[in-house]
Amino acid sequence: MRIAAAAGGGLFLGFNWSDSAAAPVVVDAKSIVAGSVKFNSYLSIGSDNSITIVSPNPEIGQGIKTAFPMIVAEELDADWKLVKTVQGNLDPSQFERQVTGGSGAVPHSWERLRKAGATARHLLIEAAAAKWGVPASEITTADSKLFHKAAGKSAAYGDFAEAAGKLSAPKDIKLKDEKTFKLIGQSVRNVDNKNIATGKPLFGLDFYREGMLFAIIQRPKAFGFKLKSVDSAAAKAMPGIVDVVTFENSVAVVGKSTWQCKKAREVLKIEYEKAADLESSEDHNRIFSNLMDNGEATVRRKNGDVEAAFKSAAKVIKAEYQCPFLPHSPLEPMNFFAHVREDGVELVGPTQTPDRARGEAAKITGLPPEKISVEITRQGGGFGRRLSADFAIEAVHVSKLVKAPVKVIWTREDDMTGGTYRPAVRYRFEAALDKNGEMIGYKLRGVGINSGNPTREDNFPSGSVDNLLIDSVEHKSAITTGPWRAPITNFLAYAEQSFIDEVAEAAGKDPVEFRLALLEKAKKSPAGEVKYDIDRMIAVIKLAAEKSNWGKKKGVFQGFSVYFSHRSYVAQVGEVVVEKGKPTLKNVIAAVDCGIVINKSGSLQQVRGGVVDGIGHAMFGNMTFKAGTPDQSNFNGFRLIRMNEIPEVDVHFVDNGISPTGLGEPALPPAGGAVANAFYKATKQRLRNQPFINEGAFKGIS
Amino acid sequence: MALFKLSINNRAYSAEVEGDTPLLWVLRDNLGLVGTKYGCGIAQCGACTVHLDGKAVRSCVLPVSAVGKAKVTTIEGLSEKGDHPVQKAWDEVDVSQCGYCQAGQIMTAAAFLKEKPKPTEEEIVGAMSGNLCRCGTYHRIREAVKVAATKTN
Ligand code: FES
Ligand code: FES
Repeated sequence: MRIAAAAGGGLFLGFNWSDSAAAPVVVDAKSIVAGSVKFNSYLSIGSDNSITIVSPNPEIGQGIKTAFPMIVAEELDADWKLVKTVQGNLDPSQFERQVTGGSGAVPHSWERLRKAGATARHLLIEAAAAKWGVPASEITTADSKLFHKAAGKSAAYGDFAEAAGKLSAPKDIKLKDEKTFKLIGQSVRNVDNKNIATGKPLFGLDFYREGMLFAIIQRPKAFGFKLKSVDSAAAKAMPGIVDVVTFENSVAVVGKSTWQCKKAREVLKIEYEKAADLESSEDHNRIFSNLMDNGEATVRRKNGDVEAAFKSAAKVIKAEYQCPFLPHSPLEPMNFFAHVREDGVELVGPTQTPDRARGEAAKITGLPPEKISVEITRQGGGFGRRLSADFAIEAVHVSKLVKAPVKVIWTREDDMTGGTYRPAVRYRFEAALDKNGEMIGYKLRGVGINSGNPTREDNFPSGSVDNLLIDSVEHKSAITTGPWRAPITNFLAYAEQSFIDEVAEAAGKDPVEFRLALLEKAKKSPAGEVKYDIDRMIAVIKLAAEKSNWGKKKGVFQGFSVYFSHRSYVAQVGEVVVEKGKPTLKNVIAAVDCGIVINKSGSLQQVRGGVVDGIGHAMFGNMTFKAGTPDQSNFNGFRLIRMNEIPEVDVHFVDNGISPTGLGEPALPPAGGAVANAFYKATKQRLRNQPFINEGAFKGIS
Repeated sequence: MALFKLSINNRAYSAEVEGDTPLLWVLRDNLGLVGTKYGCGIAQCGACTVHLDGKAVRSCVLPVSAVGKAKVTTIEGLSEKGDHPVQKAWDEVDVSQCGYCQAGQIMTAAAFLKEKPKPTEEEIVGAMSGNLCRCGTYHRIREAVKVAATKTN
């Protein structure tokens, strides 16, 4: 373990991310090196004053590598300049579960990290108290130093690290009062800034090993095809090519360089045969319409008597919203390194789920998981794509077949056409209003293509409408899908928040007032269970309205949206201005409640980035198919948002002292709705389908 | 296969590759200079941006045979100590999320500021809109170019 070797002597604390009951424990460096202790993280304080923590969670741009040590450093009263994070590898002898997904890392580890820092501080104080012969309660700490004011004594943490390492950790430890935080809530720069700006090899694609071969893989060109025959003679004769191997439905060209493999792949002669329906986008539209009316629906939530409510309604509003498939498009395409040997496997690369990669490698090779190591590299974005293990599975297959260390590289075309997309979904919303404009009935049906449950049945407005029915229909397709940043809600929030806007208008009410009234109703007389925090939602709505000067700006068309996801609450106001006769998106004001903000700089960017991502994909993102083959294969056909297309994004955090909730995803879902509702105000035309650029109402706008 | 002699970051390199190999892959696969990134391979994203005689070019579509005697600068050679004004501004503004696009962003910005040391915001947006950032750090990229411009005078 690098941490032990680097620190020499000192205090070593082992603690667990996965077991909330386990308290930090003093461990000895030798047993860490020997792998005979069971903690999945360590905090060490060296006699040289250095502080190191091992962070086992993959870094994909969410800033975890900076935020985690900040939490430890806060409770430890450490000098931030002396703190280092080491990315932990998936190591079967030491680590348990390591995942980046669901915006869950900080909420999950918050207590544990604080306890680790506080325990280390406690032990240092105890050691100093014994040596100085003073009561521990009189010792204070700051900036990695211990002080006893009355005795005029002070010392660096490093001076007592070794002595502290001989004490045993207390079972219960008192944490700081959150109001006294000094580091948490400050702006701290990304710990890898310098390495990134100087081009250091950090990413999976940057990993090279002496003797390593490269592999570029031809996967079936259409979803629904399977491999029939391969003629690889021409490819094998190309310069630099070592072998061409086949596994499952894939053909891997293995050679000495990426470019040589890529060129040789072009001369493969492959025949495919049909194994499933080869679907086109037109088929999907037909399937959606059919299943919407005739599909067998699974009921997700039911309150009251919906049919009666609609029968008695003074007004019924009905609208359909639809979104396409989307590739994740992390800027670093999929890639993975594997070296399958007789006695074990070495895996290296960008993965959000290293444990899954290991499990799959064990299945393919028949080796026990303990013989398989996974080194986690920095990752050029993930957005959910790296939760899958397909690329790791490929690397293991190829390495096993060619008996050499191999890195599988996906070209951008492979990455975009290779599947695991955000599922395409169509929603039908219906609302019943009584003669006072109160929403007395609400229906939502989602039809998804490989989407699982395309609804979030317990989210707002559930709980605020007495008669409600939410159900869904699933269509199974050969086109593969997977979680995409803020799964399902990345489009559902848009559709729902646009529809609520339509209902508010039909009721003759201000969209903000309308939402607040529904929430008040949910609070006073909830319809069924309410699984979101009504007060937190009200608070972000009010904050966004206040900060945007809602409804009071001249010449500015404002649209409202609010959403609860990943335990956090975000409200947004989109602002459109008409310039030279053209409606233009100018600003987005975001009010965010993610509990205590750990790193102000990282959090601010996380929100801005989420809004940019949400708006960009809502406006431009489109993936279509012809006979199972994607029509878009690179950034020339698939449009990503660019700098000249972004609005200003103004971010306000709610300061409520609640323990941190998620932030990697929650800013994305409300973005599309805020923008679409603002465009509606400016143009009186609803944008009901994504991408906006294909909507008649959007023509001439962008 | 042919032998290509290249001047990169003021050092002489040689690589035995096919002439149509893009400079990007020669840098990465043959010379171990992996700071230059692959994002699209078709001049759409800018992740592979390097300087050719001081001008920003997309190395993914530049065949090594077309480099000739031109001097190549990559992110590794932009400054000796990582203290080019643009690199410093990128840290100060805390631009990076995942960081994958940033070498290309920095190389684009550095070449641009050399041509236009005192750009307007519009000129910055014009110059930087060819580079994609999937994480959406555009606000900070724009800000960092402004900050760098104050450092270069
Ligand atoms: S990799 Fe060269 S522009 Fe994208
Ligand atoms: S920082 Fe991730 S792509 Fe730009």
